[in-house]
Amino acid sequence: MRDRQPIIFWTGFAVILTLLIIAPLMLPAFWGRFVTEILIWGLLAMSSDLLIGYTGMVSFGHSAFFGLGMYGAAFALLATRPPNLWLALFAGLVAAAAIAAFVAYFSTRLRDIYFAITTLIFSQIFYIVIFTWTELTGGENGLTFSRPALAIPGLFSLRFTPRTLHWFVLAIVILSYLLLRRITHSPFGMVLQSIRENEARTRAIGYPIERYKILAVMLSGLFAGLAGVLYAFQNEFAAPNFVFFVLSGEVVIYNVIGGIGTLVGPVVGAAFFLLLREELSRFFTEYYLIPVGLMFIAMVIFMPQGLLGFARRWLNR
Amino acid sequence: MTADSPLLKVEGIHTYYGKSHILHGVSLEVGHGEVVGLLGRNGVGKSTTLKAIAGLVHPSRGRVLFEREAIERLPPYRLARAGIGYVPEDRRIFRLLTVAENLRIGLNRHGVTASRKKELLDKAYGYFPVLSERRNQAGGTLSGGEQQMLAIARAMMLEPKIILLDEPTEGLMPRMVSQIREIIDVLYREGVAVLLVEQNVPLTLEASRRIYILEKGEVRHHAPAAELRADDAPIHRYMGV
Amino acid sequence: MGFLDAIPWDLLLIQTINGVVTGMILALVASGLTLIFGIMDVVNFAHGEFLMLGAYIAVLTLVATHSFWIALIVAALGTALIGAIIYLTTLRPLLGRDPLTTILATFGLSLVLQNYALWQFGPVARKIPEPFSGSIQLFYLNYPLYRLMIAALSAAIIGGFWLFLKYGTWGIWIRATTQDRIMAQAMGIPVPWVLTGVFAIGSAMAGASGVLFGPLVGVDHAMGFDWILRAFIVVVVGGMGSLGGSVLAAIFISLLEAYASLWVSPAQAGIVSFVVLIMTLLFRPTGLFVATPK
Repeated sequence: MRDRQPIIFWTGFAVILTLLIIAPLMLPAFWGRFVTEILIWGLLAMSSDLLIGYTGMVSFGHSAFFGLGMYGAAFALLATRPPNLWLALFAGLVAAAAIAAFVAYFSTRLRDIYFAITTLIFSQIFYIVIFTWTELTGGENGLTFSRPALAIPGLFSLRFTPRTLHWFVLAIVILSYLLLRRITHSPFGMVLQSIRENEARTRAIGYPIERYKILAVMLSGLFAGLAGVLYAFQNEFAAPNFVFFVLSGEVVIYNVIGGIGTLVGPVVGAAFFLLLREELSRFFTEYYLIPVGLMFIAMVIFMPQGLLGFARRWLNR
Repeated sequence: MTADSPLLKVEGIHTYYGKSHILHGVSLEVGHGEVVGLLGRNGVGKSTTLKAIAGLVHPSRGRVLFEREAIERLPPYRLARAGIGYVPEDRRIFRLLTVAENLRIGLNRHGVTASRKKELLDKAYGYFPVLSERRNQAGGTLSGGEQQMLAIARAMMLEPKIILLDEPTEGLMPRMVSQIREIIDVLYREGVAVLLVEQNVPLTLEASRRIYILEKGEVRHHAPAAELRADDAPIHRYMGV
Repeated sequence: MGFLDAIPWDLLLIQTINGVVTGMILALVASGLTLIFGIMDVVNFAHGEFLMLGAYIAVLTLVATHSFWIALIVAALGTALIGAIIYLTTLRPLLGRDPLTTILATFGLSLVLQNYALWQFGPVARKIPEPFSGSIQLFYLNYPLYRLMIAALSAAIIGGFWLFLKYGTWGIWIRATTQDRIMAQAMGIPVPWVLTGVFAIGSAMAGASGVLFGPLVGVDHAMGFDWILRAFIVVVVGGMGSLGGSVLAAIFISLLEAYASLWVSPAQAGIVSFVVLIMTLLFRPTGLFVATPK
């Protein structure tokens, strides 16, 4: 049975991958875009899971990483004519990495609650800066730009259709998932999990905890920034409300609902939450957050392992 | 020991700490106003036994009967009010509260009149003059021995029927050890039962009426102190001293 | 001498008073938060929503009684009750667990409460009228008396509570429980009820500040959010669990912000508090206003 588990996992993986590939072909336009968005939020949730689920550090700062990836890409796309995809990717990741380094520095000096609150406050700082620095960031109105083409200068240039964009996003998200999976399975990932279980003991054994935490925050920030870049590509605008801390809160909700420490769980959590919001907002309009919030609280109390938490060990083989 | 039911009866309690099985069916008894000793090496479960009686640890099996009522599931504050005083191993007085405030906590009980409170306080200051001197000082500024006095005094403010003493002489100078001996005498004269956990064998032999010896979470020997004073072989055997 | 003339003394004085007024309300909000954290290690994300609930309860009470003072008392008691119920149902089950679960649960709670208020009261802000008008002359400005009263009342509430902690019977219970929850029980203190009580008191303080602050701004579902961030910063800068530290930190930060808003916009002045937080975390993480670093 032990030998068959990876086979079961990868079979399931292949099935889901196939479904995601044909999704834009089978679904009406609105839902096709919806699936693409779920993938992007899923990536953001995964990046957060690296911190929450594997290292045991709850961060409310992912909106900052996401937002800066988005704005970084936006600046790059506005800077060149024609807009360059690779430059945007690079700029977004660099911006996110810079912020991540800043946050990472503090992460090593603060324990749990203080860290969570501080990350929240940081994302608010960036929100205020972005909101008020109108000349640079467009302030409240944000920035609009055009989607870049998939191009290698001199070789070819492919404009994106909603379908091809979906596949592009899917490819990046899948690659990210595989990469994150590799990371969490590696010796590095094992140390992170050991920090989550018992930080004092891990330190006593001799691991330089600070370095591991910094790396974890940087990696988490990078993938979150990547999600921001993808979002910029898909929606062709960048706005400050994505940097508002409530977004971070929602990401944490995806994590908890889906099951922390599973990588896949948060993606499921994101899908679940977004679908729920879509459906409930037909009935409750803006008040969908009341039943969702109550559900979230109930899950924290009664089902803290989340939807996929029962499969956590299995998913981490 | 009176023929009818003892004040405290512990029946076959088992406790766990995570996956560790600490107490393997410990049973003992303390009669009204009796001084009983509990000896054993480090880590055999003596403190855990006291904690189980005080309600700070809930046994997974077995019963604790106090005045014939099962108390093992009750919260500690109910037990304190019912008459179980607990003096922990590291004293744990409230360091940021003054000596007087530490004492006053035990007096805030239902049915205690203001004059009775004053009476009890004066009695405490009488037995422990050093506390009277320091009554407005923060508990954390007291020396180790003074903190031990305070820990016992404030338990006495509960007007308990039994006081659980966890290694009261640990870390104290020999002069203070004899003071502890005197305090145990005072408690005895006041009719308060004492369950004394100690590693100091001579003190325990002198002060107690009966002694239990614990090893690896089980009671290995139980005898009147007089017997053990005459022949201390069991003590050597189970405590390796 | 010319340099001294250039300093806008009148503006500075007005901003000083404004800073102290805002600081006292912030201190009241932060006191509740730091009290709750000090005694049970719970970070209440929904604390700002208790402020909001207090303000709305006052709005409703005012419709019935038209008395600001009755509304204040009803709001404080009402928030205390709601706080106790929420604590017993949602937070007590989480006490033994990972402290981050309480952050998550209270975060969810703040979402629910905010949206509930939005649902029930709508997006339009309500007004709580000031209990009395009148102002005193400050240079060329009429400074509203009501603002001064808020500061005085907040100080009175905090001061009264401090006295209660020091000399009251239950005050000693609270202090003992904060220091050593287990030995408090062993001394007969009914710790579960003390915890509930403290949570209720902290919530009531937030509710009261909502009512006091209500006349200055509108009462709407999102009014808590602004306060909660600043309150957190105050609690960290003042030293988590320290009542005196919170008061000093609240006034300190509010004064700095008030002065800063002479030169930059109020939104940007908000960054001041964040900068203070960062400085504190870098150099004295246990709190700027705590006596010795632990």
